[in-house]
Amino acid sequence: MSPRLRWRKFVSGFMLTMTGVCALVAVSVLFFILGYLVYHGGTSINWSFFTKLPRPVGESGGGMANAIVGSAKMLLVASLLGVPIGFLGAIYLAEFSSSKVAFVVRYAADLLNGVPSIVIGIFAYGLVVLPFKHFSTLAGGFALGLMMIPITLRSTEDFLLAVPRALREAAMALGASKWKTIATVIVPAAYRGILTAVLLAFARVAGETAPLLFTALGNRFWSPGWNQPTASLPVAIFNYAVSPYEDWHRQAWAAGLVLLGLILVINIVARAVLARGIAVPRA
Amino acid sequence: MAATTTVPSASPITGSRSFLRKLREGDEIARLITFLFAVSTVLVTLLLIIELWRDSALARHKFGLQFFFTRVWDPIAEQFGALPFIYGTLVTATVSLVIAVPLGIGAAIFLAELAPARLSDSLEFFIDLLAAVPSVIYGLLGVFIVVPLMRDYAQPALKKTLGFLPLFSGPAYGVGFLTAGIVLAIMVIPYIISVSREVLMSVPRDQREAALSLGATRWESTWKVVVPFARTGITGSIFLALARALGETMAVTMVIGNTPTISASLFSPGYSIAAVIANEFTEATGDLYLSALIELGLVLFLLTFLLNGLARLLIVITSQRGGGTAHA
Amino acid sequence: MKRIVGASVVILTLSIMAAVLVHAALSINGAGATFPYPVYSKWFDEYQKKNSQVQINYQSIGSGGGIKQVTEGTVDFGASDGPMNDEQLKAFQDKHGFGILHFPTVMGAVVPTYNVPGVTSALNFTPDALAGIFLGRITKWNDPAIAGTNKGVNLPAADIVVVHRSDGSGTTYCWTDYLSKVSDEWKTKVGKGTSVNWPVGLGGKGNEGVTGQIKNAPNSIGYVELIYAVSNNIPYGSVKNSSGSFIKADLASVSAAAAAVAKTMPDDFRVSITNPPGETAYPIATFTWLLIPEKFSDSAKRDAIKGFVNWMLVDGQNYAEALSYAKLPNEVIAKEKKALGKIQ
Repeated sequence: MSPRLRWRKFVSGFMLTMTGVCALVAVSVLFFILGYLVYHGGTSINWSFFTKLPRPVGESGGGMANAIVGSAKMLLVASLLGVPIGFLGAIYLAEFSSSKVAFVVRYAADLLNGVPSIVIGIFAYGLVVLPFKHFSTLAGGFALGLMMIPITLRSTEDFLLAVPRALREAAMALGASKWKTIATVIVPAAYRGILTAVLLAFARVAGETAPLLFTALGNRFWSPGWNQPTASLPVAIFNYAVSPYEDWHRQAWAAGLVLLGLILVINIVARAVLARGIAVPRA
Repeated sequence: MAATTTVPSASPITGSRSFLRKLREGDEIARLITFLFAVSTVLVTLLLIIELWRDSALARHKFGLQFFFTRVWDPIAEQFGALPFIYGTLVTATVSLVIAVPLGIGAAIFLAELAPARLSDSLEFFIDLLAAVPSVIYGLLGVFIVVPLMRDYAQPALKKTLGFLPLFSGPAYGVGFLTAGIVLAIMVIPYIISVSREVLMSVPRDQREAALSLGATRWESTWKVVVPFARTGITGSIFLALARALGETMAVTMVIGNTPTISASLFSPGYSIAAVIANEFTEATGDLYLSALIELGLVLFLLTFLLNGLARLLIVITSQRGGGTAHA
Repeated sequence: MKRIVGASVVILTLSIMAAVLVHAALSINGAGATFPYPVYSKWFDEYQKKNSQVQINYQSIGSGGGIKQVTEGTVDFGASDGPMNDEQLKAFQDKHGFGILHFPTVMGAVVPTYNVPGVTSALNFTPDALAGIFLGRITKWNDPAIAGTNKGVNLPAADIVVVHRSDGSGTTYCWTDYLSKVSDEWKTKVGKGTSVNWPVGLGGKGNEGVTGQIKNAPNSIGYVELIYAVSNNIPYGSVKNSSGSFIKADLASVSAAAAAVAKTMPDDFRVSITNPPGETAYPIATFTWLLIPEKFSDSAKRDAIKGFVNWMLVDGQNYAEALSYAKLPNEVIAKEKKALGKIQ
């Protein structure tokens, strides 16, 4: 073996090992994050975290019950906004539209998807907070819902388009009208993918903080109704993490664990749903 | 006499009769309803752009192009310049790419070329999970882990070895451009890995085999043939990562130091566009102040818009060339 | 199966909605200064215990935020330790058609707090030293301007890490108001305000953020409200007052700072008590105000807020000292009770 070949072989082995190292580093970051959160958050989670309201500044004890409920309420509003628009809009794109309209809608959705979350917050502030003169759950939910739209729309459209033509044509040959075909054949065929899309969009906005800063503001107490400011998990983490109080730091870790746990569980469930096989094999 | 019988002609159903029939059958309604929902996406996006444009008008008219070259951000004197924030945004994004791109492409090569399919898929699964971690959690880890590490170990070490470079001069605060860049790098690696992996896997087998049959080592075939083939798509993934890094708010504002400074040193605290908006928006008294912040938001929006568009274009080009199934 | 799932989702949603709607408490929202946040959060918590129908939600987003949001009308009242200037008052008037009133709540001190390894005692700072540090002119801890007044203290030759506020802050207003009074260089180069163009330093969000930064960064110095330094066990320095004595901030010295002005308090309560005359007065003290609009369209809210202010002027004051805020002078309390009548 010539020295040059030996060198090339060495380089080859070395570089390929390095790529393995890169992959290892990337994956171990995830486990490192999880590990730290579980360690710090796990030791801080207790029953009062889930059930108590925050105590006055500097006093220890207290929990994030209102932040958890606040996040849940806003995510509900967000889903009510994002899912119907994404789902029905995708049906239009996949089944009814002409290519020109489809292009415009897809382009707008991609644009919306790329808007930095802080800019969405600015928009929601001007559109919902100022006219109603209230920071509110609705405003926060609106901002989050805006972010859900493009994710739900594009993914649902992809899954609807993946349903084979044969199914559609069979239904129509049997005399079904277009909307009946969609409702009873196409959507059920793609339902796994659609569910995945909705879950992933939900998980994505569950962790968003920036849009909530000037829409939901925050609340030390329970937020009554939908038109009052509300606490939320991500904002609580942010505020507590940069504060100087040890007790608040503990609570921030606990909240981080709860939030990340929720998001990861949703992601894993979504992928499991998809992996069990789309109801009809892709064309 | 031949009786002419009229054969009921299968005349095409046109005009109002067809509309009414479709209406009765619900198709037109369905079409209309779904159309409205689809178009609402377009409307809301348009509204967002219009709002940004309108609300930044005051600042745009007052400062014009000078806005991008002024260093001063003085709310009292009502002098607003975007330069420190653009600088901070670009510097942190650059640092993050310098770290994330080699690591990301390396990992993607491993997953696409070397790892057996099952390992590749399960590692990819974990990396996708990394992409789902929200920004504020990265910020949390940044504040409690990365910042002390930087301040107590990494920055002093860098100062001792490379301190003669202006890049690594100045006191070690722990927070600053470098720390923000590192945290951003962790956030964007998953994007680079997953997209690059897909485009690499879509490179046709014969390319690799041709190289190997000509006597190239595994690495040479990968690095000199496959990667260049997928080059456009990989560049697309980098642009996507860059777009993500530019728009990041929470993780950055928790570790960057929040000071509008322009400095050659990476240890210096700084500010990014997203961070200053997050910190100062609720308290911008005075219309010019608010308008200047919104103009910053507009700038950020345009930057990410351009990058996302380019990224998508590049990825589509690669996948079409490769004939694979890379997602646009 | 699907029906059961669907039905339970609907029931769950409705019950969540019911649960949160049942809470029929009157909800009042305020936002603003982080300076008095410890005592405000205590007050609103205690007040809610005594009046369960009224829930006052206060968010500490900084004085600048308080002024802005109460002007926009998105919160019912604001709070600031930098009084609104004439321009801001006019802006409020123009927007709403009626004015906004300042109500002092407590007095507090802004202290220079620091984290210098090995130094646990209270350093003495001259006005010159403070101005020099925050202007970036004095860069090392063992600079003669600092060492000169701290003989016997082992100051390291380390770079000073300056920490200031990144958000619009009444604490900043008080600090820069003081520096403008004692340093012409500061007055011309930087000036006073809730948000200034800082020559040097890191930004922290809120008093909480600045305290957090100082706790974590060795050789740092910043300015925070007294209670934040005390409750986090970080040392804070004494400042030389106008009579030449080095005064450490505490209840007595802060009350002394207000003594001169208590009798001559203007009707709108906007007054600065930095660098006051008085042998024992602490030079960097300030009132902090609630910003309450003159008119309320919702009479229930108006009565609730007036009720709170009345409680605050009597019972509330008793919580202040435990948190290192000074009580209001009696003359000011009497004047405020009368001024409450202006709110309709």
